[in-house]
Amino acid sequence: MTSTAAAGSARKDAQDKGSTTTLGRALNEGLRQAMRDDDRVVLLGEDIASLGGVFRVTDGLAVEFGDRVVDTPLAESGIIGTAIGLALRGYRPVCEIQFDGFVYPAFDQIVSQLAKMRARSRGLLRLPVTIRIPVGGGIGAVEHHSESNEAYFCHTAGLRVVACGHPQDAYDMLRAAIACDDPVIFYEPKRRYWDRAEVDLGRPVDGDTVGRARILLEGADVTVVAYGPTVAVALSAAEVAAAEGRSLEVLDLRSLSPLDTTELCRSASKTGRVVVVHEAPVNVGLGAEIAATVMEHCFYNLEAPVERVGGYNVPYPPARAEGDYLPDLDRVLDAVDRVCAP
Amino acid sequence: MSTNSPATPAATHADDILRLVDPAGTLNEQAAAGMLDVTDELVRALYRDMVLGRRFDQEAYSLQRQGELGLWLMSLGQEAAQAGSIRALRADDRVFPSYREHVAALCRGISPAELLSQWRGASHGSWDPERYHFHIYSLVLATQTLHAVGYAMGVRYDAGDSVVFTYFGDGASSQGDANEALNWAAVTSAPIVFFCQNNGWAISTPASKQYAGPLSERAKGFGLDAVSVDGNDVLAVYAATQRMVERVRTGGAPGFIEAHTYRMSGHSTSDDPGRYRDSAELARWEAHDPVERVRLLLTARGWADEDYFAAVASDAEELAAQTRQECRAIAEPSLSDTFRNTLCEETEALRREREGFETFEESFL
Repeated sequence: MTSTAAAGSARKDAQDKGSTTTLGRALNEGLRQAMRDDDRVVLLGEDIASLGGVFRVTDGLAVEFGDRVVDTPLAESGIIGTAIGLALRGYRPVCEIQFDGFVYPAFDQIVSQLAKMRARSRGLLRLPVTIRIPVGGGIGAVEHHSESNEAYFCHTAGLRVVACGHPQDAYDMLRAAIACDDPVIFYEPKRRYWDRAEVDLGRPVDGDTVGRARILLEGADVTVVAYGPTVAVALSAAEVAAAEGRSLEVLDLRSLSPLDTTELCRSASKTGRVVVVHEAPVNVGLGAEIAATVMEHCFYNLEAPVERVGGYNVPYPPARAEGDYLPDLDRVLDAVDRVCAP
Repeated sequence: MSTNSPATPAATHADDILRLVDPAGTLNEQAAAGMLDVTDELVRALYRDMVLGRRFDQEAYSLQRQGELGLWLMSLGQEAAQAGSIRALRADDRVFPSYREHVAALCRGISPAELLSQWRGASHGSWDPERYHFHIYSLVLATQTLHAVGYAMGVRYDAGDSVVFTYFGDGASSQGDANEALNWAAVTSAPIVFFCQNNGWAISTPASKQYAGPLSERAKGFGLDAVSVDGNDVLAVYAATQRMVERVRTGGAPGFIEAHTYRMSGHSTSDDPGRYRDSAELARWEAHDPVERVRLLLTARGWADEDYFAAVASDAEELAAQTRQECRAIAEPSLSDTFRNTLCEETEALRREREGFETFEESFL
C-alpha cells in the first residue's frame, strides 16, 4: 500500500467504525501485546489499574496482568524515580503521566536521573523506561491539561522523544518504544485518542517506527512537517491544497529526538519549501531545530525560508480561546501561501 | 549560633536513641545482650573499617588540596554510621548511596581509584553497580531514595530475599523525593530500609532549620518502622541495622534508621565551616569520636593489643599510599566515549557529531 493510499484508506476506515480501532485502543492493544511478550514489562501511573487511566488507555490490563499494573501514589517524581529503580532491577517500566502539564514535578528524575544515568555509568547501565504522556490541546480542557512540552525533552541528551499521529503508529511505536533499551518519552496526541483507522495488530516490533520519519503523503510543491496531533492537520491541509492545485508532501516525523534528518532533508530538497507545524510555541520550539537543519543541509535547494506554524509565546490559553492558539488548517495554508509566494 | 547547633546524642532524646558503647568505650552489656552477639572479631573488624575509611578520606582531602582532585566531600566523623550499617547487610543487599558514603563503599570493595574518579573529573560514576551491589553516587539530593524504592519493588516482584538500603541525610530529608519515597515504600511494603545520616548540617544550614519534628517520627507517620541510633556508636548502628534489615527481609514493614552523627569537616573542600559554626561545637563532638570509643573498648576488654593497633595503622598507611598512586593513574576521560555512552546504540546524529568533533581535534595534530 502506498503512503497516499494508506492515508486515504485511514480516512475511509474512519467512516467504517465496525472494523476500525481508535488510537487509544491501539495503544491499549500495544501495551497488552508488550506485556504478553515480556513479563518484565510493568505499568506505573495514577488511576491506571481499576479505572484504566483517565483516557482508558490501560483499560482491562490490570485484570489480565494483576500487580504488573500499579496504581501509584499521586507523585510524578515518584513514578519516574521508582521506574528507574525497576529498570535497574531488570524491568521495563511503562509510566503514564496523566496529563502533559503534570510532568514537571518529575522533571529532575527525567532530565537529571533517567536521561543521564547511562552516560554517568559509562555505558554500564540500561534504562529501558517508557514515559507515556498525553499531549497537546483541542479538547477544551482546563489549564495544565493541553501543553506541548516536547522541546524540553528533545533538548536533553540521553532521551529519545517520539510522538504518534495515528492508530497504526500508536500500536507499532508503543511496542517499539517499550522494546527499546533507552528511555523514551512517548507522546500521545490526546485529541486524537478517538480517531479511528484499521490497525494491524499482528505486526512484529519494528524499531524504525520510533527512529524514522515517514512520508504519509507524497507531494511536489511543499513539505509540511508534522508530528503527533498536527499530522491530521497537515493531511487535511494537503487535501484542501490539492483542490487548489498545490501538491503538499506530508512528513510525519514520529521521532522528535533524534531527528531523522535524512528523510527530512530528502523531502525538503525535493520540494524546496518547508512548513513545520506543531502545537508547541514556535519560540525555541522543535521547528527552530528543523528549520536550522534544513538550512544547513538543503540551503541551495530551498526556494523560500522555512515557515513555522505553532503556538504563540504565551501560556496556553483558556479553552474557549484555544482555537485561536492551535495551528489549524487556515494557518497552515497561510504559511503554504507564503512559502509559495513568487 | 549555638541555638542552631546540633546537640550531641547525649544531650537530646537520650532515652530514645540506641547506644551500646559510650564515648568512654564502655559497653552497655545489658542493652547489647538482647540485640547483638558482641565478639572481639566483630569489634576489631569494625574498628579496622573505620580507621581505613578515615585514612582514605584524609588522603583524598590532601589530594584535593594538592590539586589532584577537583572537589572532595569529606566523610570524617561518619565512619561508625557507615561501617556499622554496611557491615550489617548481606553482600547482595542493594545499596543506593548519596555522595558521602566513602567508608561504606570501601567496605563493599570499591577501589580508591573508582571512588576518586568522579572527584578528579574523570567520570560521573566509575564503578559497576552490579559488581558491588552498590549504585553510583547521586548528587541531586534524595533522588536515589526513589530509585531504591523502585528497585525494592522489583525485588518483591522477583520474590527475592535481598533488602534494599538507601543512604541520605538530614538536608535531603526536606526534598520532595525523600518524602515521596518514604510514603511510596510504606504503601507498597517494599523491602527497603532508609538510613538517614543526620550529621547536623546541610552545608551551612543546621538541622534545626531543616525540620521541626524528629525525622524518625516523620518516618513513623508515613507508616514505616523507625528507630534512632547514636550514629557515632558503631555497635549500636550495626545492631540496629541488622535487626531492621532482617525484620524487613522476613516481610516486615519498610524500615527507617536515623543515625545521629556529625560532619566533623566542612561540607566539601570548597566549604568554610568557620563562617557558620563555632569551634566549641566541633570540640563537643570530638569527645564523641566514633573511632576513639571503639579503640578504648578494644583496649579495656583486652580484645586488641598495641601490635594490632599498629598493624591497622600500617594497613591504613598502605591504603593511603595506594590511594595516592591510583588517583594519579586514573585514565583521562574521552569525550568520544561519552558520545557512545549517551544511548545504548550511537545514533546517526550522535555519530555525526562525534566524527565532527574528532575531525576538528585531529586538525590540530
